[in-house]
Amino acid sequence: MDIQFTEEQELLRSSIQRLLRDQYDFEARRKIVADEQGFSHRQWAAFAELGLLAAPFAEDAGGLGGGPLSTMIIAHEFGRHLVVEPFVETVVLAGGLIERLGDTVQKQAFIPDIVDGKKIWTLAWTEKGGRFDLADVTTTARRESDDYVLSGGKTAVIAAPWADYLVVSARTSGSRKDHGGVSLFVVDRRAAGVDLQSFKTIDGRRAAEISLRNVRGQLLGKEGEGLAALEACRDRAIGALCAEAVGAMGELNSATLEYSKTRKQFGTTIGSFQVLQHRMVDMFIAHQEALSLMQHLNLSISGGEAGLSRLASGAKTKIGYAAKFVADQAVQLHGGMGMTDELNVGHYFKRISSINIQFGDPAFHVLRYARFGAAA
Amino acid sequence: MELALSPEDAAFRDEVRAFIAENYPAEMRVPNPETDLTKEQSLLWHRILHKKGWIAPLWPKEYGGPGWSITRRFIFEQETSRAGTLPPLAFSVTMVGPVIYTFGNEAQKKKFLPRILSGEDWWCQGYSEPGSGSDLATVRTKAVRDGDHYIVNGHKTWTTLAQHADWIFCLVRTDPNAKPQSGISFLLIDMKSPGVTVRPIITIDGSHEVNDVFLENVRVPAENLIGEENKGWTYAKFLLGNERTSMAGIGRSTRYINKLKQIVEAEVPSDDPMHLDFQREIALVELDVLALEATELRVVAQMARGIDPGPAASLFKIRGTEIFQRITELTHRAIGSCGLALREQPVSANHFMPGHEYGHTAAEKYLNSRKLSIYGGSNEIQRNIIAKAVLGL
Ligand SMILES: Cc1cc2nc3c(=O)[nH]c(=O)nc-3n(C[C@H](O)[C@H](O)[C@H](O)COP(=O)(O)OP(=O)(O)OC[C@H]3O[C@@H](n4cnc5c(N)ncnc54)[C@H](O)[C@@H]3O)c2cc1C
Ligand SMILES: Cc1cc2nc3c(=O)[nH]c(=O)nc-3n(C[C@H](O)[C@H](O)[C@H](O)COP(=O)(O)OP(=O)(O)OC[C@H]3O[C@@H](n4cnc5c(N)ncnc54)[C@H](O)[C@@H]3O)c2cc1C
Repeated sequence: MDIQFTEEQELLRSSIQRLLRDQYDFEARRKIVADEQGFSHRQWAAFAELGLLAAPFAEDAGGLGGGPLSTMIIAHEFGRHLVVEPFVETVVLAGGLIERLGDTVQKQAFIPDIVDGKKIWTLAWTEKGGRFDLADVTTTARRESDDYVLSGGKTAVIAAPWADYLVVSARTSGSRKDHGGVSLFVVDRRAAGVDLQSFKTIDGRRAAEISLRNVRGQLLGKEGEGLAALEACRDRAIGALCAEAVGAMGELNSATLEYSKTRKQFGTTIGSFQVLQHRMVDMFIAHQEALSLMQHLNLSISGGEAGLSRLASGAKTKIGYAAKFVADQAVQLHGGMGMTDELNVGHYFKRISSINIQFGDPAFHVLRYARFGAAA
Repeated sequence: MELALSPEDAAFRDEVRAFIAENYPAEMRVPNPETDLTKEQSLLWHRILHKKGWIAPLWPKEYGGPGWSITRRFIFEQETSRAGTLPPLAFSVTMVGPVIYTFGNEAQKKKFLPRILSGEDWWCQGYSEPGSGSDLATVRTKAVRDGDHYIVNGHKTWTTLAQHADWIFCLVRTDPNAKPQSGISFLLIDMKSPGVTVRPIITIDGSHEVNDVFLENVRVPAENLIGEENKGWTYAKFLLGNERTSMAGIGRSTRYINKLKQIVEAEVPSDDPMHLDFQREIALVELDVLALEATELRVVAQMARGIDPGPAASLFKIRGTEIFQRITELTHRAIGSCGLALREQPVSANHFMPGHEYGHTAAEKYLNSRKLSIYGGSNEIQRNIIAKAVLGL
């Protein structure tokens, strides 16, 4: 099942690799994260120029038609370099929803600006106490002439402080946790009534608690169609997040292996201790399996295969646990060095911890996977 | 689980409990005492214990210890940790103090011990070096005798709280030609000496807990040598045994499990399948604690009968740290999306944190506790010790 990349895909991959190698080494990233804004407009423009922000969109929507496999390739390289800019949030989440649900006017209004790197977006779906349930929505949207007026709150929305626009889930009918009645809206992040309380995330990004008080929003898709679209969007997001995690795992493994061959204690390299060799073999196996599942999932997303959502939860589980194992051991095998802010290892650890929270942790997804299986 | 206590020991336990309840400073009850207290604040409880005569349970009476039995020492440890009090600085009280009264001369005992007890001197541990972590016997920091002084040159690293320290106890090489273990001496160095520089190392949780300590032509009076020259390894190993004794951390783990249960009840609705999943995970870790606590009580009972526990400390260190890491992982998981947030250091009220206050330190504790399986002799090294010393491999 190994993916044979097309020439185009290979080109995409090598051009990202070149860009990130030249402009996004660990020190460059550190500067970006430490900057007041916390992300780099210059990098974002470079991503746009390279076509990364256009890659997954269909050609008739102004994209390059690369689909989920291009997303996977990009996210994998971004994971290797710990890119903080909101690619998944803008392109995969918001962009994907606009492409799927938007009418012609909305697509023309929003997608070109995403593709050109002019506007940043994110998806606001999580609510206090809602944990990882997409249907746990209490934010309301009430029709008012041609528009809707939204009230409520969203929690821990990654990239919200950077965003120009938000896609917000809100109820047009039903009550909390009802599957019907969830709709999606486009909200100008600077609109009256939108209030952000920003904070830094463990992986060096920015997020916010959002409160919405009588905020104007534009319906995306039809009323009540939101949940199905969110579910499909989550599957794609998981495809991308898994690719980031696998990219990070690969880097951790090569860093650890390299370190074990150079770090000497007791007159020999620590890589000569069998207990550490076996640990690194297990890290290698974890990475191999994760890589395979990542490809399997993203191929299934591309093909729109049945049972996709179950597979997404399964991959989020397996890759989540595998990544955590690799991250734990990479820190452990680096000894004190692994604990430092100075070395990149701890930052991969934190990125993996963050990925494991987004859209649900592995313990959540294994239950979701099991329940799908029981129903089958 | 409790030790079977005599009426006298039970009364002692009640006395300790009441003393803590009445005297533990309210201003030390901050979200994370390890990062949120100033040096002065973190010494408040130390000074109260000193006044009461309870600061150094391990020490013999003649040097200022309370003269407790092993059972009472254990009770005290249990009560203070169950109550969540900040332990007095281990480097001073548990580590260097016993080395000084065991191997130091009279002048050293007179000079240093009272100041350790009172909290006047803050000590840090200068063992590790960039090239000498697990293999401590290869330390390269050099001390060359020059009349009444040693001239010390080298680089110590990972030195916990050196930024507060008045003194550092160092392993230094005094005989470069001897076998690694045979050329090491144990030297006490005043941190105010010219040539001592401290550089912060920031860890993955964003805190400043450890440091590099550079020693450049530092003149150290020869009277600060502990015991004999080139016998430092013996003293160092003696100290490491003490370092690991309280590592089971039963009180702390129990406290954090109780907190975790409250967080899960507040965060995860009981009709959510994840609720049962958390209960199961918590039960498993509680059973780990129960088994370790039973083991600890068994060892304490044996020690009270005069039986040498051997490398039991290694077992406690391995399991105690693994258990605590697991609890911090579950706690971080329990707060869901709010686990994405990390408090900014230095901590300030200006930094917004999402979610309930009980979750605000979850991410930093989760990250910081990765250190537990690395420091104080890594868990791999502890397993090597058991393999060799217990299993005879
Ligand atoms: C059901 C069964 C069918 C078999 N069929 C065949 C057959 O068809 N043909 C055939 O030729 N043989 C066969 N074998 C034998 C099999 O290949 C051996 O059992 C195997 O190679 C292990 O050898 P051993 O049993 O002598 O164990 P040992 O080699 O003595 O090993 C004992 C333990 O030590 C561990 N160990 C050994 N060396 C190391 C090391 N360097 N590092 C770490 N750990 C180590 C092993 O993993 C094992 O856990 C079979 C065995 C079984 C159980
Ligand atoms: C937060 C923190 C605070 C610390 N505070 C202090 C302090 O105050 N004073 C002080 O002196 N030191 C302190 N240390 C240092 C600590 O004791 C060392 O980090 C520890 O001894 C490990 O050494 P190292 O970091 O050089 O790792 P290394 O020794 O290089 O080990 C790297 C990896 O190899 C493994 N390994 C090494 N040898 C073997 C072997 N023989 N078999 C199997 N595996 C092996 C280790 O377990 C580890 O996983 C602190 C460390 C940390 C992280």
